[in-house]
Amino acid sequence: MTPRPPPHQPMPGPIEWLRENLFSTPLNAVLTLLALVLIWSIVAPFVQWALIDAAFEGKSREDCLRREGACWPFVIERLGQIIYGFYDGTERWRVDIAYLLLAAGLFWLTFPRLPGKWAIGGIMLTAYPIAALIMLVGGVLGLPQVPTERWGGLLLTLVVAVTGIVASLPLGILLALGRRSELPVVRWLSIAFIELWRGVPLVTVLFMAANMLPLFLPGGVTINKLLGALIAVALFSSAYMAEVVRGGLQAIDKGQFEAASAVGLGYWRAMGLVILPQALRLSIPNIVGNFIGLLKDTTLVSIIGLFDLLGIIQAGTASAEWATPNTAYTGYVFAGVVFWVMCFGMSRYAKHMEDILKAGEQR
Amino acid sequence: MSWWRSRRTRDVLFQAALLIGVALLIAAMATNAIATMERQRIASGFAFLDNTAGFDVIQTLVPYDESSTYGRVLLVGVLNTLLVAAIGIVLATLLGFVIGIGQLSSNWLIARLCRVYVETLRNTPLLLQLFVWYFAVLRALPYPRESWNLFDAAFLNNRGLYLPRPMPETDFGLVLIGLVAGVLAAVWFSMRSLEQREKTGQAPPTLPVNLALVVLPPLLVSAGLGFPLTFSMPVLAGFNFEGGVVVLPELIALVVALATYTASYIAEIVRAGIEGVAKGQREAAQAVGLTRGQTLRLVIVPQAMRQIVPPLTSQYLNLTKNSSLAVAIAYPDLVSVFAGTSLSQTGQAIEIIAITMGVYLTISLLTSALMNWYNARIALTER
Repeated sequence: MTPRPPPHQPMPGPIEWLRENLFSTPLNAVLTLLALVLIWSIVAPFVQWALIDAAFEGKSREDCLRREGACWPFVIERLGQIIYGFYDGTERWRVDIAYLLLAAGLFWLTFPRLPGKWAIGGIMLTAYPIAALIMLVGGVLGLPQVPTERWGGLLLTLVVAVTGIVASLPLGILLALGRRSELPVVRWLSIAFIELWRGVPLVTVLFMAANMLPLFLPGGVTINKLLGALIAVALFSSAYMAEVVRGGLQAIDKGQFEAASAVGLGYWRAMGLVILPQALRLSIPNIVGNFIGLLKDTTLVSIIGLFDLLGIIQAGTASAEWATPNTAYTGYVFAGVVFWVMCFGMSRYAKHMEDILKAGEQR
Repeated sequence: MSWWRSRRTRDVLFQAALLIGVALLIAAMATNAIATMERQRIASGFAFLDNTAGFDVIQTLVPYDESSTYGRVLLVGVLNTLLVAAIGIVLATLLGFVIGIGQLSSNWLIARLCRVYVETLRNTPLLLQLFVWYFAVLRALPYPRESWNLFDAAFLNNRGLYLPRPMPETDFGLVLIGLVAGVLAAVWFSMRSLEQREKTGQAPPTLPVNLALVVLPPLLVSAGLGFPLTFSMPVLAGFNFEGGVVVLPELIALVVALATYTASYIAEIVRAGIEGVAKGQREAAQAVGLTRGQTLRLVIVPQAMRQIVPPLTSQYLNLTKNSSLAVAIAYPDLVSVFAGTSLSQTGQAIEIIAITMGVYLTISLLTSALMNWYNARIALTER
């Protein structure tokens, strides 16, 4: 039997579309009207506050107090601090270069047409963090040293997030392999490590890094507050990454490993050349999902007294210099938009990869 | 092949080396810790739990004052954490299901609105949302004198939410016994009717009977005793309220932030769960003549729940763990009063962090054990 051609369906006109999607039943009509009222009662005051009544120009809180709406001069005046923290003014070009390299690398990795994804990915996970670290810390190559106490704002947020990602990928892969290992000691140590960090909140891990870690170091060795936070984030996120990678490993057919063994590959070469490339490819959407969580979690470092993007804005809203009724809202809206753009972008990318993987399966 | 090259020997040696390595690391850390603590004159052991804490806590569910011990502080903190988690979980579930189902609404606008909610809350940090609720929204509430008044019983202002406080009289225990008896009867009745349905295909109407079984006994007992429960109403006196019970702004902000944030994740789980039920199931249910409501209640929801429950439990755990953000707005949860104030007073970081993590770990492991049991129960019985 030949398939019948689908019946001709004219595109619905706008009136039909409205009737079908918004007013199909009396209940739906009521819901539509309620939704419209809700949208209007949120959007209208927000536009009024953020644009119409807002102060855009000015240098101090007095300029904001004259207006009813958002206090944008607060964000504009503090933009340098929000982006670079307290990083020395004349040295900020170093941060700019680190930002630019990161942006270029991410662009290369996400833009589908560009070749050499694995190589660029490898560079971003190894050479880039080292180069960026040397660049930012300084003290060599004629660069003056900038103590980490001066790092803050977006810079600190990205340092914590990138460190978490760079450390959690290899650690997470090792832990995931360990959890599926046939060796009981390896398996149980991996399970204990993963479940310990997944069972406790990040805040307690950060408290541990700030209060308990210094006790474990040999006498005389002090630990930098930022380094403590980085260790905490790395341990914490590697446990979550391990579970994501394990999900990918479980999706790989057992025959793949047997085939790799049959052609004479040992455990590490079978994993590295056959299993992991497939498993990681499958895990990309969940790995990106993990990164989103990690990026949002970086804000918690402000609880142990580091000034990340949110922390520096929060400190600004609480300062007497900018005390207006609208400063807090303005700062939060700005921080929210910055985080939203980064997280939403990543989640779109994850969705896109998921669709590509699904399409590959259906072929 | 010689014995030292055999795979078995290699495996054993590798594992032994790994164990020794881990043991050495722990030993080195312990030695350092003992040395540092001696140098800084930090006490060790758990004796400090019996020492007087000497600080006040703004919200306690059990009697507590400045002369109470650190052990009492721990209890207060755990209870405050559990309180936030319990209220947050109920609210997040309700909101999450509404928004999750809303995402599948045939009404384009409602579906879009729910989608926007999910994408906005999921893609911004929880700490930021907590700041917005606490430092921006709740700060903007009126002073006590201009409180928002709900039927003269509840008042909302920038000091918190004032509610009537129930004051049980001596015989109130009997009413509670009546309630417990009613609940037990309802459980027994539900199990009976389920049994009957599986045997005969016919079931008595469970909902009205259960409702009656739960509500009537305590009501009758309390009527017989002349209603042994009065309420202390909040009354404005001077610049603040007296009487009643106050829900602190810190608690409100934390619960609202946790519930709305977690609801965005639950909404996605619910949507995926309902979409995951095969289309044929709905069509088959309609073909055998079930109404829309029956289809949803008897066919779609039971199957969707199988997919929804496991990730839902992990969201409950996340909410409980995220309640530790309380420390950022000084709500007195476990982390705030114990790992925060108590730690900085005693300096006994190792013991305190270990206890704090132990509490969360226990909650996590208990929940996953419960979930595994539930999963095994509702798993598809293949025949």
